[in-house]
Amino acid sequence: MTIEELLKKEMFRTVNPGEDKERQITGVFCCDLLSIAMGKAPADCAWVTVMGNVNTIAVATLADVSCVVMAEGVQLDETARARAKEQGVTVLATEEPVFEAALNIYRELESAGA
Amino acid sequence: MADVITLTYDISPDDFTRAGEASSDVKSKLKQMGVPPEAIRKVSIALYEGEINMVIHAEGGRITVEISPQRIYMVLADKGPGIPDIEKAMQAGWSTAPDEVRSLGFGAGMGLPNMKKYSDEMNIETEIGVGTTVTMSVNIA
Repeated sequence: MTIEELLKKEMFRTVNPGEDKERQITGVFCCDLLSIAMGKAPADCAWVTVMGNVNTIAVATLADVSCVVMAEGVQLDETARARAKEQGVTVLATEEPVFEAALNIYRELESAGA
Repeated sequence: MADVITLTYDISPDDFTRAGEASSDVKSKLKQMGVPPEAIRKVSIALYEGEINMVIHAEGGRITVEISPQRIYMVLADKGPGIPDIEKAMQAGWSTAPDEVRSLGFGAGMGLPNMKKYSDEMNIETEIGVGTTVTMSVNIA
């Protein structure tokens, strides 16, 4: 499933569209500790978190995730938002808790067969 | 890319908004050079962890990256307090990071373990009160 296809499901608000909407999402990863996410988030995953500071964007870029999903209605702070724009990182948001947000993405991935 | 390309970055202490800029720059340069994505990811993760360590624990420092066709060689040198017990520092979960760092999502004690995991070779030289130099290399293909 591509980012574009996920956006079309209208499950999430778009905080920052990012530079590559054709990018594939191949898995889901949940974690708020950046130290853990850095080492464990698989490349090309949708990363669901409630940690919304500028370092979240740095980790997303460097660990090469497909997109960040902010759960629980948590907002990216201003610096993080600016950095996401600058680095072309796709950031989505939802009021749902982490588990539900991740489960919904997982279900879409399953039904897309990817 | 027949020649060795050297990149140098000065890392400022206590500046978490800029932490990651050096690693991001290295990442985009490697991408432009056509280095395989898996090697880029390894370098990015290992270097970012090192960069964060320099911001948290040392008074900043200097990162030098040498890119050759065979490998990416990284030297992270700081004039920080040194690491009293490397064996402990290498244990996953062991951390001396202060609370404000933890509230940003760091300080889980995964920095050095991640650096070891994502580099093909890593070496630490440290002296108390003098500083620490970490060298890492990632092989290309």
